[in-house]
Amino acid sequence: MLIDSKEILETVGMIQEQRLDIRTITLGISLLDCGDSQPSVVQRKVYDRVTKLAQNLVKVADEIENRYGIPIVNKRVSVTPVALWAGAVPEHLLDIAITLDEAAANVGVDFLGGYSALVQKGMTPCDGALIASLPAALSRTERLCASVNVASTRSGINMDAINLLSQAILDTAAATGELDGVGCAKLVIFANMPEDNPFMAGATHGVGEGGAVVNVGISGPGVVRSVVAKLPDADLFELAEAIKKTAFKITRVGELVLRQAAAGLGVAQGVVDLSLAPTPTQGDSVADILAAMGLENCGTHGSTAALAMLNDAVKKGGVFATSQAGGLSGAFIPVSEDLGMIEAARSGVLSIDKLEAMTSVSSVGLDMIAIPGDTPAETIAAIIADEMSIGVINNKPTAVRLIPVPGKTVGQTAKFGGLLGEAPILPVHAGSSAAFVRRGGRVPAPIQSFRG
Amino acid sequence: MKSKAIVTVLGKDQVGIVARIATALSANKVNIEDISQTIMGDIFSMVMLVTIDEEITPFASLNEELKSVADASALQITLQHQDVFSYMHRV
Repeated sequence: MLIDSKEILETVGMIQEQRLDIRTITLGISLLDCGDSQPSVVQRKVYDRVTKLAQNLVKVADEIENRYGIPIVNKRVSVTPVALWAGAVPEHLLDIAITLDEAAANVGVDFLGGYSALVQKGMTPCDGALIASLPAALSRTERLCASVNVASTRSGINMDAINLLSQAILDTAAATGELDGVGCAKLVIFANMPEDNPFMAGATHGVGEGGAVVNVGISGPGVVRSVVAKLPDADLFELAEAIKKTAFKITRVGELVLRQAAAGLGVAQGVVDLSLAPTPTQGDSVADILAAMGLENCGTHGSTAALAMLNDAVKKGGVFATSQAGGLSGAFIPVSEDLGMIEAARSGVLSIDKLEAMTSVSSVGLDMIAIPGDTPAETIAAIIADEMSIGVINNKPTAVRLIPVPGKTVGQTAKFGGLLGEAPILPVHAGSSAAFVRRGGRVPAPIQSFRG
Repeated sequence: MKSKAIVTVLGKDQVGIVARIATALSANKVNIEDISQTIMGDIFSMVMLVTIDEEITPFASLNEELKSVADASALQITLQHQDVFSYMHRV
């Protein structure tokens, strides 16, 4: 046999025991030409475009699953940020949101991302209308995901937008109060938003991406944990090398699936996003990798260093394995979606402050963090501003997905269900940030943006 | 269209494993090209390189057949196109 049995059984073990899976195949669809002055025309164009291009997505994914024996956990769609092309009908954005939700249901995907705006330097009336519509859009739809880019290294940080969004987050939580504020789990605030990210809730189809593109997100925290656990005596250099090689192997499967998905759907190949993305099932935890690396719990001293090394090794292995690495590509630390992080949060070891430090060396941000329902809007704005600053100064994407849980506080747990998991509520600092964030305006672009 | 695939079988050693799987494959016109098999303690593991004619037997239906054999005999059986392995283990 060309490939020997040992290698074959290694691959089988990764899939059957260590939970290697394709986390998502996301079809990105351009809606740039769907604008119109008639709202009903816009809705029809949007519905027809999505349902036509994505009609075979689930079928093609199932065929790939059968052929290659690798689970494809989610099939999703992302679209051009709505605020970019719906400017002629800003009072009808909610109808567009509902139409997108219906189109998603029609093609059988569980999430559709792109109810989004880019406001890093300023806001158009349509941007403002989209932000104002978020509580209604996110409470009246099931599958729609929203995101707003409020900062970039080239443009600085739009504090006015952050102030609007911090209130929108509270209003969205209130509108989905009986479900512990789950609407907020479908809203991401970004700095340096990537244009080709296949993961929800922040997936959008970027402006330069062409008509239709397929992006694959592959995940394997269990595989990496297993490799680390077999090397209790390796020094950090050797450990990094082992993680890098594993990341290569994992990403190769993503590359295969990307090629097959693009061929099967008749669209362009996008990117493979190799992100260690945990799920709240046993054996699928990024925090467990940190534990295997030698930290007693996630959030203790050393967590930032360990995560930095992990993130870097994952990127290096991934980049060689695919012709087009992209999206977020790295290690995710979403609190509610990782059993190890849930435990660390519950026991008080993991704090927002430590998570913020960890975001400076990993690929997502302050993700799926439940906070007390009575957190003031200004505090939420300040938390967002902190995270945006990390992204802007370090020229990397960062994001915030905060869920203020109505009627609950520290010591209680928000339960979202399914892949969104559950989250022990984390405390926020009592000291007021109000006078600072209320100054508003825009933090200017940092000096490192002047690269011409 | 003829495709090369890998079938792996893992489980407790028992009489008739190879026979049962070979029968299921043969009934679906799947040709066995190569077999490698070991028993460690009482764990049986087998890797087979097979050729499938997808016009006669699509992957989906062969998966179903092998799943019933697996369920009936408390085995883990996987069926995967060989590209998964060549992509992962070769640059």
